[in-house]
Amino acid sequence: RQDVLVLTPWLAPIVWEGTFNRDILNAQYMQKNLVTGVVTFAVKKYWFFIEGFMSSSNKYFLAGHQVNFYLFTDNPEQISHLQMAPENRLFVIHVQNHSRWQDISMSRMDIISRYIRSQFQYEVDYLYSIDIDVQLFEHIGVEIIDTLVGTISSWQYTTRRESKSYETRTESQAAIPKGEGDFYYTASFYGGSVAEVYKLTKACFKGVMEDRENGIEARWHDESHLNKYLLYHKPTRLLSPEYYWDEEL
Amino acid sequence: RRQDVLTVTPWLAPIIWEGTFNSEILDSAYRPLNLTVGVTAFAIGKYTRFVGRFLESAEKHFMKGYRVNYYIFTDNPETIPDVQLQPGRRFVIVPIKKYPSWQEISMRRMEAINKHIAETSHQEVDYLFCLDIDMVFYNAWGPETLGDIVAAIHPGYFNVPRSQFPYERRSSSAAYIPDGEGDFYYGGAVFGGLVKKVYEFTKTCHMTILTDKANGIMAAWQEESHLNRHFLSHKPSKVLSPEYLWDDRKPKPPEIHLIRFSTVDKNYKEVRD
Repeated sequence: RQDVLVLTPWLAPIVWEGTFNRDILNAQYMQKNLVTGVVTFAVKKYWFFIEGFMSSSNKYFLAGHQVNFYLFTDNPEQISHLQMAPENRLFVIHVQNHSRWQDISMSRMDIISRYIRSQFQYEVDYLYSIDIDVQLFEHIGVEIIDTLVGTISSWQYTTRRESKSYETRTESQAAIPKGEGDFYYTASFYGGSVAEVYKLTKACFKGVMEDRENGIEARWHDESHLNKYLLYHKPTRLLSPEYYWDEEL
Repeated sequence: RRQDVLTVTPWLAPIIWEGTFNSEILDSAYRPLNLTVGVTAFAIGKYTRFVGRFLESAEKHFMKGYRVNYYIFTDNPETIPDVQLQPGRRFVIVPIKKYPSWQEISMRRMEAINKHIAETSHQEVDYLFCLDIDMVFYNAWGPETLGDIVAAIHPGYFNVPRSQFPYERRSSSAAYIPDGEGDFYYGGAVFGGLVKKVYEFTKTCHMTILTDKANGIMAAWQEESHLNRHFLSHKPSKVLSPEYLWDDRKPKPPEIHLIRFSTVDKNYKEVRD
Protein backbone atom coordinates (compact mmCIF):
# COMPACT_ATOMS: atom_id res chain seq x y z
CA ARG A 1 0.00 0.00 0.00
CA GLN A 2 1.59 3.20 -1.15
CA ASP A 3 -1.50 5.33 -0.98
CA VAL A 4 -1.74 5.43 2.81
CA LEU A 5 0.46 5.83 5.83
CA VAL A 6 1.42 2.37 7.10
CA LEU A 7 3.79 3.31 9.91
CA THR A 8 3.49 6.04 12.54
CA PRO A 9 6.47 8.29 13.37
CA TRP A 10 6.96 6.20 16.50
CA LEU A 11 7.12 3.02 14.41
CA ALA A 12 3.72 1.56 15.21
CA PRO A 13 2.29 -0.24 12.15
CA ILE A 14 -1.03 1.08 10.84
CA VAL A 15 -3.05 -1.91 9.73
CA TRP A 16 -4.66 -1.61 6.30
CA GLU A 17 -5.81 -4.39 4.00
CA GLY A 18 -2.82 -5.29 1.88
CA THR A 19 -0.17 -4.58 4.49
CA PHE A 20 -0.19 -7.95 6.19
CA ASN A 21 -0.29 -11.68 5.65
CA ARG A 22 -2.84 -13.20 7.97
CA ASP A 23 -1.43 -16.73 7.62
CA ILE A 24 1.94 -15.71 9.03
CA LEU A 25 0.24 -13.80 11.83
CA ASN A 26 -2.08 -16.71 12.64
CA ALA A 27 0.90 -19.05 12.92
CA GLN A 28 2.60 -16.65 15.35
CA TYR A 29 -0.59 -16.21 17.41
CA MET A 30 -1.22 -19.93 17.69
CA GLN A 31 2.35 -20.61 18.79
CA LYS A 32 1.71 -18.50 21.85
CA ASN A 33 -1.62 -20.06 22.91
CA LEU A 34 -3.36 -16.77 23.49
CA VAL A 35 -6.92 -15.98 24.48
CA THR A 36 -8.55 -12.73 23.47
CA GLY A 37 -11.59 -11.14 25.07
CA VAL A 38 -14.16 -8.73 23.70
CA VAL A 39 -16.08 -6.38 25.96
CA THR A 40 -19.31 -4.89 24.69
CA PHE A 41 -22.28 -3.10 26.22
CA ALA A 42 -25.97 -3.49 25.41
CA VAL A 43 -27.77 -1.03 27.66
CA LYS A 44 -31.39 0.09 27.29
CA LYS A 45 -32.53 -0.08 23.67
CA TYR A 46 -29.15 -1.34 22.53
CA TRP A 47 -30.26 -4.91 23.29
CA PHE A 48 -31.58 -4.72 19.75
CA PHE A 49 -28.05 -4.95 18.39
CA ILE A 50 -26.98 -8.01 20.35
CA GLU A 51 -28.03 -10.64 17.85
CA GLY A 52 -26.42 -8.91 14.86
CA PHE A 53 -23.22 -8.21 16.74
CA MET A 54 -22.86 -11.70 18.15
CA SER A 55 -23.67 -13.53 14.95
CA SER A 56 -21.29 -11.46 12.80
CA SER A 57 -18.55 -11.52 15.46
CA ASN A 58 -18.74 -15.28 15.80
CA LYS A 59 -18.31 -15.52 12.07
CA TYR A 60 -15.69 -12.84 11.47
CA PHE A 61 -13.88 -11.84 14.66
CA LEU A 62 -10.68 -13.82 15.19
CA ALA A 63 -12.35 -16.76 13.48
CA GLY A 64 -10.78 -20.04 14.49
CA HIS A 65 -9.28 -18.70 17.70
CA GLN A 66 -10.75 -18.76 21.19
CA VAL A 67 -12.60 -15.52 21.98
CA ASN A 68 -14.36 -14.75 25.26
CA PHE A 69 -17.26 -12.35 24.74
CA TYR A 70 -18.16 -10.32 27.82
CA LEU A 71 -21.61 -8.85 27.20
CA PHE A 72 -22.67 -6.23 29.74
CA THR A 73 -26.38 -5.53 29.77
CA ASP A 74 -29.05 -4.04 32.01
CA ASN A 75 -31.57 -6.43 30.53
CA PRO A 76 -30.36 -10.04 30.58
CA GLU A 77 -33.91 -11.32 29.96
CA GLN A 78 -33.92 -9.82 26.50
CA ILE A 79 -31.09 -12.06 25.39
CA SER A 80 -32.39 -14.90 23.31
CA HIS A 81 -30.30 -17.98 22.75
CA LEU A 82 -27.16 -16.96 20.90
CA GLN A 83 -25.32 -19.40 18.70
CA MET A 84 -21.62 -19.28 19.53
CA ALA A 85 -18.77 -20.72 17.49
CA PRO A 86 -17.39 -23.85 19.23
CA GLU A 87 -14.14 -22.18 20.27
CA ASN A 88 -15.84 -19.06 21.72
CA ARG A 89 -17.44 -18.38 25.09
CA LEU A 90 -20.12 -15.91 26.13
CA PHE A 91 -20.36 -14.29 29.56
CA VAL A 92 -23.47 -12.17 30.19
CA ILE A 93 -22.93 -9.64 32.98
CA HIS A 94 -25.64 -7.48 34.49
CA VAL A 95 -25.01 -3.74 34.85
CA GLN A 96 -27.01 -0.75 35.95
CA ASN A 97 -28.21 1.67 33.38
CA HIS A 98 -28.11 5.46 33.62
CA SER A 99 -30.60 7.97 32.35
CA ARG A 100 -28.14 9.80 30.13
CA TRP A 101 -26.41 7.90 27.33
CA GLN A 102 -23.28 9.96 27.93
CA ASP A 103 -23.11 8.61 31.46
CA ILE A 104 -23.63 5.09 30.21
CA SER A 105 -20.82 5.60 27.73
CA MET A 106 -18.41 7.03 30.27
CA SER A 107 -19.14 4.45 32.95
CA ARG A 108 -17.92 1.77 30.57
CA MET A 109 -14.34 2.72 31.35
CA ASP A 110 -14.94 2.18 35.04
CA ILE A 111 -16.73 -1.12 34.54
CA ILE A 112 -14.02 -2.46 32.25
CA SER A 113 -11.19 -1.59 34.63
CA ARG A 114 -12.99 -3.11 37.61
CA TYR A 115 -13.78 -6.34 35.79
CA ILE A 116 -10.23 -6.64 34.44
CA ARG A 117 -9.01 -6.47 37.99
CA SER A 118 -11.50 -8.95 39.39
CA GLN A 119 -11.92 -11.36 36.50
CA PHE A 120 -10.62 -10.71 33.00
CA GLN A 121 -6.92 -10.64 33.86
CA TYR A 122 -7.21 -14.32 34.78
CA GLU A 123 -9.11 -15.30 31.67
CA VAL A 124 -7.64 -13.45 28.70
CA ASP A 125 -4.30 -12.14 27.44
CA TYR A 126 -5.71 -9.44 25.20
CA LEU A 127 -8.93 -7.48 25.55
CA TYR A 128 -10.84 -5.29 23.10
CA SER A 129 -13.71 -2.95 23.76
CA ILE A 130 -16.07 -2.80 20.79
CA ASP A 131 -19.35 -0.93 20.42
CA ILE A 132 -22.32 -3.26 20.08
CA ASP A 133 -23.96 -1.36 17.26
CA VAL A 134 -21.50 -2.72 14.71
CA GLN A 135 -21.68 -5.56 12.32
CA LEU A 136 -18.65 -7.17 10.86
CA PHE A 137 -18.68 -7.68 7.11
CA GLU A 138 -15.15 -8.91 6.69
CA HIS A 139 -12.73 -10.89 8.77
CA ILE A 140 -11.03 -9.08 11.59
CA GLY A 141 -8.14 -11.27 12.59
CA VAL A 142 -5.00 -11.47 14.67
CA GLU A 143 -3.51 -8.47 12.89
CA ILE A 144 -5.26 -6.45 15.60
CA ILE A 145 -3.38 -8.15 18.45
CA ASP A 146 -0.73 -5.99 20.06
CA THR A 147 0.09 -4.33 23.38
CA LEU A 148 -1.91 -1.11 22.98
CA VAL A 149 -4.17 -0.67 19.98
CA GLY A 150 -6.19 2.32 18.83
CA THR A 151 -8.40 2.61 15.77
CA ILE A 152 -8.20 5.72 13.62
CA SER A 153 -11.63 7.23 13.47
CA SER A 154 -13.19 7.36 10.05
CA TRP A 155 -14.12 10.92 10.95
CA GLN A 156 -10.46 11.82 10.42
CA TYR A 157 -10.88 10.99 6.75
CA THR A 158 -13.98 13.01 6.04
CA THR A 159 -14.29 16.62 5.06
CA ARG A 160 -17.50 17.28 6.92
CA ARG A 161 -17.48 20.66 8.59
CA GLU A 162 -18.41 19.46 12.03
CA SER A 163 -15.72 16.85 12.27
CA LYS A 164 -14.92 15.20 15.55
CA SER A 165 -11.94 16.67 17.32
CA TYR A 166 -10.08 16.83 20.57
CA GLU A 167 -11.32 18.55 23.69
CA THR A 168 -9.47 21.88 23.89
CA ARG A 169 -10.94 23.51 27.02
CA THR A 170 -8.12 23.41 29.54
CA GLU A 171 -10.56 22.91 32.42
CA SER A 172 -11.16 19.36 31.20
CA GLN A 173 -8.77 16.53 32.00
CA ALA A 174 -9.15 15.44 28.39
CA ALA A 175 -7.78 18.70 27.01
CA ILE A 176 -5.16 18.47 24.29
CA PRO A 177 -3.22 21.67 23.54
CA LYS A 178 -3.92 23.23 20.19
CA GLY A 179 -1.72 21.91 17.41
CA GLU A 180 -0.97 18.68 19.22
CA GLY A 181 -2.29 15.23 18.56
CA ASP A 182 -1.29 12.40 16.27
CA PHE A 183 -4.61 10.90 15.14
CA TYR A 184 -8.24 11.02 16.15
CA TYR A 185 -9.04 7.62 17.66
CA THR A 186 -12.52 6.16 18.00
CA ALA A 187 -13.77 4.90 21.35
CA SER A 188 -15.79 2.29 19.49
CA PHE A 189 -12.87 -0.09 19.02
CA TYR A 190 -9.72 -0.12 21.12
CA GLY A 191 -7.79 -2.65 23.14
CA GLY A 192 -4.51 -4.38 23.80
CA SER A 193 -2.94 -6.47 26.50
CA VAL A 194 -5.11 -6.81 29.54
CA ALA A 195 -2.54 -4.85 31.60
CA GLU A 196 -2.46 -1.92 29.18
CA VAL A 197 -6.25 -1.79 28.81
CA TYR A 198 -6.47 -1.72 32.59
CA LYS A 199 -4.17 1.30 32.76
CA LEU A 200 -6.01 3.04 29.95
CA THR A 201 -9.53 2.54 31.32
CA LYS A 202 -8.46 3.48 34.82
CA ALA A 203 -6.81 6.68 33.61
CA CYS A 204 -9.72 7.64 31.39
CA PHE A 205 -12.29 7.09 34.09
CA LYS A 206 -10.21 9.10 36.53
CA GLY A 207 -10.33 11.95 33.99
CA VAL A 208 -14.09 11.54 33.63
CA MET A 209 -14.59 11.73 37.41
CA GLU A 210 -12.35 14.75 37.83
CA ASP A 211 -14.23 16.55 35.07
CA ARG A 212 -17.53 15.67 36.75
CA GLU A 213 -16.30 17.16 40.02
CA ASN A 214 -15.29 20.30 38.16
CA GLY A 215 -18.67 20.55 36.47
CA ILE A 216 -17.41 19.94 32.96
CA GLU A 217 -18.01 17.20 30.45
CA ALA A 218 -15.62 16.51 27.58
CA ARG A 219 -16.91 17.25 24.11
CA TRP A 220 -16.91 13.66 22.90
CA HIS A 221 -17.19 12.09 26.34
CA ASP A 222 -15.09 8.98 26.93
CA GLU A 223 -13.67 9.30 23.43
CA SER A 224 -12.04 12.63 24.34
CA HIS A 225 -10.38 11.04 27.34
CA LEU A 226 -9.25 8.10 25.21
CA ASN A 227 -7.62 10.47 22.75
CA LYS A 228 -5.79 12.28 25.48
CA TYR A 229 -4.51 9.00 26.89
CA LEU A 230 -3.31 7.72 23.53
CA LEU A 231 -1.52 10.97 22.78
CA TYR A 232 0.68 10.56 25.82
CA HIS A 233 0.81 6.74 25.78
CA LYS A 234 1.29 6.01 22.13
CA PRO A 235 -0.38 2.89 20.77
CA THR A 236 1.94 0.12 19.62
CA ARG A 237 -0.36 -0.58 16.70
CA LEU A 238 -3.07 1.39 14.92
CA LEU A 239 -6.03 0.04 13.01
CA SER A 240 -7.09 1.94 9.93
CA PRO A 241 -10.65 3.21 9.59
CA GLU A 242 -11.38 -0.03 7.70
CA TYR A 243 -11.78 -1.53 11.16
CA TYR A 244 -14.55 0.78 12.26
CA TRP A 245 -16.47 2.85 9.80
CA ASP A 246 -19.08 5.10 11.45
CA GLU A 247 -22.42 4.54 9.74
CA GLU A 248 -23.27 8.19 10.21
CA LEU A 249 -20.80 9.15 7.50
CA ARG B 1 7.49 9.11 5.11
CA ARG B 2 9.05 6.70 2.60
CA GLN B 3 7.14 5.46 -0.40
CA ASP B 4 10.10 4.08 -2.33
CA VAL B 5 10.79 1.22 0.07
CA LEU B 6 8.88 -1.36 2.10
CA THR B 7 8.48 -0.02 5.63
CA VAL B 8 6.42 -2.78 7.23
CA THR B 9 6.88 -6.53 6.81
CA PRO B 10 3.88 -8.81 6.07
CA TRP B 11 3.93 -9.77 9.74
CA LEU B 12 3.65 -6.09 10.68
CA ALA B 13 7.21 -5.58 11.91
CA PRO B 14 8.53 -2.09 11.09
CA ILE B 15 11.48 -1.85 8.69
CA ILE B 16 13.63 1.04 9.86
CA TRP B 17 14.67 3.57 7.22
CA GLU B 18 15.55 7.22 7.56
CA GLY B 19 12.32 9.15 7.18
CA THR B 20 10.08 6.55 8.78
CA PHE B 21 10.51 7.67 12.36
CA ASN B 22 10.69 10.71 14.59
CA SER B 23 13.65 10.50 16.97
CA GLU B 24 12.19 12.98 19.42
CA ILE B 25 9.02 10.99 19.96
CA LEU B 26 11.01 7.79 20.37
CA ASP B 27 13.48 9.36 22.78
CA SER B 28 10.65 10.77 24.88
CA ALA B 29 9.21 7.26 25.14
CA TYR B 30 12.46 5.40 25.78
CA ARG B 31 14.64 7.77 27.84
CA PRO B 32 12.43 7.69 30.95
CA LEU B 33 12.73 3.89 31.02
CA ASN B 34 16.37 4.18 32.15
CA LEU B 35 17.51 1.41 29.91
CA THR B 36 20.93 -0.06 29.53
CA VAL B 37 21.88 -1.25 26.07
CA GLY B 38 24.64 -3.82 25.69
CA VAL B 39 26.86 -4.37 22.68
CA THR B 40 28.88 -7.52 22.06
CA ALA B 41 31.74 -7.49 19.60
CA PHE B 42 34.42 -10.08 18.96
CA ALA B 43 38.01 -8.97 18.48
CA ILE B 44 40.03 -12.14 17.95
CA GLY B 45 43.58 -12.33 16.64
CA LYS B 46 44.31 -9.48 14.26
CA TYR B 47 40.74 -8.15 14.60
CA THR B 48 41.78 -6.28 17.74
CA ARG B 49 43.08 -3.55 15.44
CA PHE B 50 39.47 -2.53 14.72
CA VAL B 51 38.45 -1.96 18.33
CA GLY B 52 39.64 1.64 18.63
CA ARG B 53 37.73 3.00 15.67
CA PHE B 54 34.65 0.91 16.49
CA LEU B 55 34.45 2.32 20.02
CA GLU B 56 35.30 5.89 19.11
CA SER B 57 32.62 5.98 16.44
CA ALA B 58 30.13 4.24 18.75
CA GLU B 59 30.73 6.91 21.33
CA LYS B 60 29.74 9.52 18.77
CA HIS B 61 26.72 7.77 17.24
CA PHE B 62 25.46 4.71 19.12
CA MET B 63 22.50 5.18 21.49
CA LYS B 64 23.53 8.66 22.56
CA GLY B 65 22.09 9.63 25.88
CA TYR B 66 21.52 6.06 26.99
CA ARG B 67 23.52 3.80 29.28
CA VAL B 68 25.71 1.51 27.20
CA ASN B 69 27.88 -1.48 28.13
CA TYR B 70 30.41 -2.62 25.53
CA TYR B 71 31.42 -6.26 25.90
CA ILE B 72 34.57 -6.87 23.85
CA PHE B 73 35.29 -10.57 23.54
CA THR B 74 38.99 -11.16 22.85
CA ASP B 75 41.79 -13.69 23.08
CA ASN B 76 44.26 -10.84 23.46
CA PRO B 77 43.22 -8.39 26.18
CA GLU B 78 46.56 -6.53 26.21
CA THR B 79 46.13 -5.30 22.66
CA ILE B 80 42.76 -3.66 23.33
CA PRO B 81 43.26 0.12 23.33
CA ASP B 82 42.01 2.32 26.12
CA VAL B 83 39.17 4.41 24.74
CA GLN B 84 37.68 7.41 26.51
CA LEU B 85 33.97 6.86 27.11
CA GLN B 86 31.09 9.27 27.80
CA PRO B 87 29.49 9.15 31.27
CA GLY B 88 27.02 6.28 31.74
CA ARG B 89 28.96 4.09 29.35
CA ARG B 90 31.17 1.15 30.34
CA PHE B 91 33.66 -1.09 28.64
CA VAL B 92 34.24 -4.71 29.68
CA ILE B 93 36.78 -7.15 28.28
CA VAL B 94 35.56 -10.74 28.05
CA PRO B 95 38.48 -13.15 27.57
CA ILE B 96 37.77 -16.08 25.26
CA LYS B 97 39.73 -18.70 23.50
CA LYS B 98 40.82 -18.46 19.87
CA TYR B 99 39.73 -21.23 17.54
CA PRO B 100 41.98 -22.41 14.68
CA SER B 101 39.91 -21.21 11.69
CA TRP B 102 38.08 -17.91 11.10
CA GLN B 103 34.90 -19.83 10.28
CA GLU B 104 34.99 -21.60 13.61
CA ILE B 105 35.72 -18.34 15.41
CA SER B 106 32.71 -16.78 13.69
CA MET B 107 30.35 -19.64 14.51
CA ARG B 108 31.41 -19.93 18.16
CA ARG B 109 30.15 -16.40 18.72
CA MET B 110 26.61 -17.70 19.29
CA GLU B 111 27.79 -19.95 22.09
CA ALA B 112 29.96 -17.27 23.65
CA ILE B 113 27.21 -14.65 23.59
CA ASN B 114 24.70 -17.10 25.02
CA LYS B 115 27.04 -18.14 27.83
CA HIS B 116 27.91 -14.56 28.65
CA ILE B 117 24.25 -13.54 28.84
CA ALA B 118 23.55 -16.38 31.25
CA GLU B 119 26.56 -15.58 33.44
CA THR B 120 26.70 -11.83 33.32
CA SER B 121 24.91 -9.54 30.92
CA HIS B 122 21.31 -10.60 31.67
CA GLN B 123 21.67 -8.74 34.94
CA GLU B 124 23.32 -5.71 33.41
CA VAL B 125 21.43 -4.83 30.24
CA ASP B 126 17.85 -4.64 28.97
CA TYR B 127 18.66 -4.85 25.28
CA LEU B 128 21.67 -6.42 23.62
CA PHE B 129 23.09 -5.89 20.14
CA CYS B 130 25.64 -8.27 18.67
CA LEU B 131 27.79 -6.46 16.16
CA ASP B 132 30.81 -7.21 14.06
CA ILE B 133 33.92 -5.33 15.19
CA ASP B 134 35.38 -4.52 11.79
CA MET B 135 32.81 -1.76 11.31
CA VAL B 136 32.42 1.94 11.98
CA PHE B 137 29.45 4.11 12.95
CA TYR B 138 28.94 7.11 10.68
CA ASN B 139 25.49 8.30 11.70
CA ALA B 140 23.00 7.99 14.54
CA TRP B 141 21.90 4.60 15.76
CA GLY B 142 19.14 5.24 18.31
CA PRO B 143 16.09 3.83 20.08
CA GLU B 144 14.35 3.28 16.74
CA THR B 145 16.39 0.06 16.70
CA LEU B 146 15.08 -1.29 19.99
CA GLY B 147 12.71 -4.23 19.83
CA ASP B 148 12.10 -7.73 21.10
CA ILE B 149 13.95 -9.48 18.26
CA VAL B 150 15.90 -7.30 15.82
CA ALA B 151 17.55 -8.36 12.58
CA ALA B 152 19.19 -6.33 9.80
CA ILE B 153 18.90 -6.71 6.03
CA HIS B 154 22.20 -7.64 4.41
CA PRO B 155 23.38 -4.81 2.11
CA GLY B 156 24.24 -7.13 -0.73
CA TYR B 157 20.77 -8.63 -1.02
CA PHE B 158 18.11 -6.03 -0.24
CA ASN B 159 17.34 -5.34 -3.88
CA VAL B 160 17.73 -8.81 -5.22
CA PRO B 161 15.10 -11.52 -5.87
CA ARG B 162 14.70 -14.18 -3.20
CA SER B 163 16.00 -16.94 -5.45
CA GLN B 164 19.39 -15.27 -5.31
CA PHE B 165 19.62 -15.14 -1.51
CA PRO B 166 22.67 -17.18 -0.43
CA TYR B 167 20.69 -19.33 2.00
CA GLU B 168 22.10 -22.77 2.79
CA ARG B 169 20.57 -24.95 0.05
CA ARG B 170 21.74 -28.42 1.10
CA SER B 171 18.93 -30.25 2.84
CA SER B 172 21.39 -32.09 5.05
CA SER B 173 22.17 -28.87 6.90
CA ALA B 174 20.07 -27.65 9.83
CA ALA B 175 20.22 -24.21 8.23
CA TYR B 176 18.52 -25.40 5.03
CA ILE B 177 15.98 -23.09 3.42
CA PRO B 178 14.24 -24.55 0.36
CA ASP B 179 13.72 -22.64 -2.88
CA GLY B 180 10.72 -20.38 -2.81
CA GLU B 181 10.96 -19.74 0.91
CA GLY B 182 12.45 -16.85 2.81
CA ASP B 183 11.48 -13.29 3.71
CA PHE B 184 14.79 -11.39 3.64
CA TYR B 185 18.49 -12.17 3.68
CA TYR B 186 19.61 -10.99 7.10
CA GLY B 187 23.22 -10.10 7.83
CA GLY B 188 25.11 -11.89 10.59
CA ALA B 189 27.00 -8.72 11.49
CA VAL B 190 24.02 -7.12 13.24
CA PHE B 191 21.33 -8.70 15.38
CA GLY B 192 19.86 -8.10 18.80
CA GLY B 193 16.82 -7.48 20.93
CA LEU B 194 15.69 -7.98 24.49
CA VAL B 195 18.47 -9.77 26.33
CA LYS B 196 16.14 -12.67 27.10
CA LYS B 197 15.25 -13.10 23.43
CA VAL B 198 18.88 -12.90 22.33
CA TYR B 199 19.66 -15.61 24.88
CA GLU B 200 16.99 -17.82 23.36
CA PHE B 201 17.93 -17.46 19.74
CA THR B 202 21.70 -17.63 20.25
CA LYS B 203 21.08 -20.91 22.04
CA THR B 204 18.97 -22.25 19.19
CA CYS B 205 21.49 -21.16 16.56
CA HIS B 206 24.36 -22.69 18.51
CA MET B 207 22.43 -25.97 18.69
CA THR B 208 21.83 -26.04 14.95
CA ILE B 209 25.48 -25.20 14.35
CA LEU B 210 26.54 -28.13 16.55
CA THR B 211 24.06 -30.39 14.78
CA ASP B 212 25.69 -29.56 11.46
CA LYS B 213 29.12 -30.16 12.96
CA ALA B 214 28.04 -33.62 14.13
CA ASN B 215 26.84 -34.30 10.59
CA GLY B 216 30.15 -33.13 9.11
CA ILE B 217 28.71 -30.12 7.29
CA MET B 218 29.35 -26.39 7.54
CA ALA B 219 26.70 -23.96 6.33
CA ALA B 220 27.45 -21.72 3.35
CA TRP B 221 27.83 -18.53 5.39
CA GLN B 222 28.45 -20.02 8.80
CA GLU B 223 26.31 -18.62 11.59
CA GLU B 224 24.68 -16.17 9.18
CA SER B 225 23.01 -19.12 7.45
CA HIS B 226 21.77 -20.44 10.78
CA LEU B 227 20.50 -17.00 11.76
CA ASN B 228 18.57 -16.76 8.50
CA ARG B 229 17.03 -20.18 9.08
CA HIS B 230 16.02 -19.16 12.58
CA PHE B 231 14.52 -15.82 11.59
CA LEU B 232 12.45 -17.49 8.88
CA SER B 233 10.59 -19.60 11.45
CA HIS B 234 10.74 -17.05 14.27
CA LYS B 235 10.25 -13.73 12.60
CA PRO B 236 11.98 -10.63 13.94
CA SER B 237 9.74 -8.02 15.54
CA LYS B 238 11.79 -5.25 13.96
CA VAL B 239 13.95 -5.22 10.83
CA LEU B 240 16.76 -2.72 10.25
CA SER B 241 17.32 -1.50 6.71
CA PRO B 242 20.83 -1.77 5.22
CA GLU B 243 21.51 1.74 6.58
CA TYR B 244 22.37 -0.17 9.75
CA LEU B 245 24.62 -2.70 8.05
CA TRP B 246 26.33 -1.25 5.04
CA ASP B 247 29.32 -2.28 2.99
CA ASP B 248 31.47 0.65 1.94
CA ARG B 249 32.71 -1.20 -1.09
CA LYS B 250 29.21 -0.92 -2.58
CA PRO B 251 28.04 2.19 -4.44
CA LYS B 252 25.26 3.94 -2.55
CA PRO B 253 21.84 3.32 -4.21
CA PRO B 254 19.02 5.93 -4.10
CA GLU B 255 17.13 4.02 -1.39
CA ILE B 256 19.97 4.47 1.08
CA HIS B 257 19.68 8.03 2.36
CA LEU B 258 21.97 7.60 5.30
CA ILE B 259 24.74 5.16 6.13
CA ARG B 260 24.87 4.54 9.85
CA PHE B 261 27.09 1.52 10.34
CA SER B 262 29.47 0.15 7.72
CA THR B 263 32.37 -2.17 7.11
CA VAL B 264 35.96 -1.08 7.29
CA ASP B 265 37.75 -1.80 4.08
CA LYS B 266 40.32 -4.48 4.74
CA ASN B 267 42.41 -7.21 3.22
CA TYR B 268 40.36 -10.28 4.18
CA LYS B 269 43.14 -12.73 3.48
CA GLU B 270 45.64 -10.90 5.64
CA VAL B 271 43.45 -10.21 8.63
CA ARG B 272 41.91 -13.70 8.82
CA ASP B 273 45.25 -15.42 8.87
